[in-house]
Amino acid sequence: MISLYPLIQNETIKLLKKRRFLVILVIVVVLVSVFTYAQTRIAENTRKQLGTTDWRITTQNQIADNTNKLSNIRIPDEAKRAIKVEITRLQYALDKNINPQTPSGVTFTRDFFGNAIGLFLPLLVVILAIDLVSAEHSTGTIKILLTRPVRRWKVLMSKLITLLLFTSLIILMTTLICYAISGLAFGYSGWSMPVITGFQVTGDQLITANAHVIEQWRYLFMEISLCWFSCFVVGCISLMVSVLVRSTAAGMGIMLAALISGVILVNMVASWDSAKYFFMVNLQTNTFLSAALPSAGSPPVPGLTLPFSLSVLAAWALISLVISFSVFTKRDILN
Amino acid sequence: MKDESIVLSVRDIKKKIKNKWIIKGISFDVRAGEVFGFLGPNGSGKTTTIRMLVDLIKPTEGQIFICGIPVGNKPDEALQYVGCIVENPELYPYLSGWENLEHFARMLKNVTKQRIHEVVEIVGLNQRIHDKVRTYSLGMRQRLGIAQALLGKPKLLILDEPTNGLDPQGIKEMRVFIRSLAQEGLSVFVSSHLLSEIQLMCDRVAIISHGNVTAVGHVADLMRPAETIVEWRLSPFEEGMAILKASGYVTSFEELPIGEGSSNRIVRCKMPEDQIPIKNAELVRSKVRVNAITVKNPTLEELFLRLTDGETID
Repeated sequence: MISLYPLIQNETIKLLKKRRFLVILVIVVVLVSVFTYAQTRIAENTRKQLGTTDWRITTQNQIADNTNKLSNIRIPDEAKRAIKVEITRLQYALDKNINPQTPSGVTFTRDFFGNAIGLFLPLLVVILAIDLVSAEHSTGTIKILLTRPVRRWKVLMSKLITLLLFTSLIILMTTLICYAISGLAFGYSGWSMPVITGFQVTGDQLITANAHVIEQWRYLFMEISLCWFSCFVVGCISLMVSVLVRSTAAGMGIMLAALISGVILVNMVASWDSAKYFFMVNLQTNTFLSAALPSAGSPPVPGLTLPFSLSVLAAWALISLVISFSVFTKRDILN
Repeated sequence: MKDESIVLSVRDIKKKIKNKWIIKGISFDVRAGEVFGFLGPNGSGKTTTIRMLVDLIKPTEGQIFICGIPVGNKPDEALQYVGCIVENPELYPYLSGWENLEHFARMLKNVTKQRIHEVVEIVGLNQRIHDKVRTYSLGMRQRLGIAQALLGKPKLLILDEPTNGLDPQGIKEMRVFIRSLAQEGLSVFVSSHLLSEIQLMCDRVAIISHGNVTAVGHVADLMRPAETIVEWRLSPFEEGMAILKASGYVTSFEELPIGEGSSNRIVRCKMPEDQIPIKNAELVRSKVRVNAITVKNPTLEELFLRLTDGETID
């Protein structure tokens, strides 16, 4: 019996030698640098406009802005609900005397993950996962791989475990890169900054009863864990696509379409209830932490809760793995 | 299990793909230390059969045993005795030859670094083994493929069209190499669509056509036709023709189009081989100039026609 360890070693070597991981790291570095720069410009602009650096004044202005918007009849009801939620959140921060926007490396990292969970990070995982099996088909090496005295399920399992390792590594590296680069601009402090969490959205009400303050590092840790889970699920689905679709380009197209449609669908789930069973609508699990709403201005969705989203994602991952393994172990290799 | 000397045993395997029987019942045995040819035209089911031997495709019916172990039930046990190249020798282009060998060595038990050095030595790739496979020529890839197949000291080596795409020098080297492997006790299963290839390399052969094995036997037996095809280049042509026709032994006259108009016209006829010197003497005696006598081996097509009683091989 060949153990899984040497097989995982093989997959890791192949993954690294394909230089995909390097490309991903470069993408993250470039993107984080660009966002850090943008963030410094935004901070500068706000300061100029308001003529103040006092966050309480900035926040009060924001509340005033949003209240004005509420009286505008042309804004749809659903968007108004979102605005009300935002006002409550800001007001709560004001009451507790916690600056919701203190700039620091840690805050930037937190914000980056908050924005990257829906599309960017899953996309990086797709880049790694999508040709794990299909590339073996297109190079023809599948014919050697599966004629070696190793059971097929072990071959796929080694690929899955390697994917899992690299998904974790992507998340870890993104965290480090974010913190290192944004820290240059905003400083490396902020780990123990208090952050409000535990808001609950029910209908158009933001329930603050369970809201409480935690240190930012705890918040970041929870957010990154949720990110990791979303990425893992996307990885499992990509692996299935890679098993089913032999062309890497076609597989990439399918996953891109799914992820991007998720970003669009999130805004429509309020009207189309059963869309909440799509995995791509549930990827942004971190919104439950902050109660900042998925993509600005979109309404809170009834029935979309953290346990619900996690269950839907887990179900998708499980089904994908079952399909991947049963197809991979039984299929005739004809090409 | 059964006969020790039988390394590969194929028992009445059939394969249906999309409601069409691609393989309609194939049986044969490969013995230890022999080079076994698997001959058939393109599209006859050679590659499908090979894929079933190494568990890439599951047979719809029938069983395959490697060293007595059923491939269908225990692929991981059976395949440890097999090294194979299915179709082209495809390896990871972004790894070096050495890294490729290490990769596949990890999928086997007890393959040491020493063994990898050995197989590199055997196929003569020492010079370029640390270069990326991307930069290899087809011949080098073929050799690396064989090195990979030999890693686990297999008892059976399966090669699908091993001389495809090689230059004449490479083909010759490959033949010598395969024979030398067999001398060391390895069984080699070689598929080809070229009769001459099989004739030069193999001890025994199975001939496949339309998913059926039409004949299994020693190469010499199968290739030896009842009558030899002989081409005579004669002048004057008509006179020589008349002499050949006069003999009862010579049949099936056919003038080849190339010779027409020139003084060196060629006739192709069938006759027993021992009649050639007799007829030659007769012609010389009658002052017919014999410019050339060529004994033609049967082509694959002709062999097929004979074995299948006129069924064509499209």
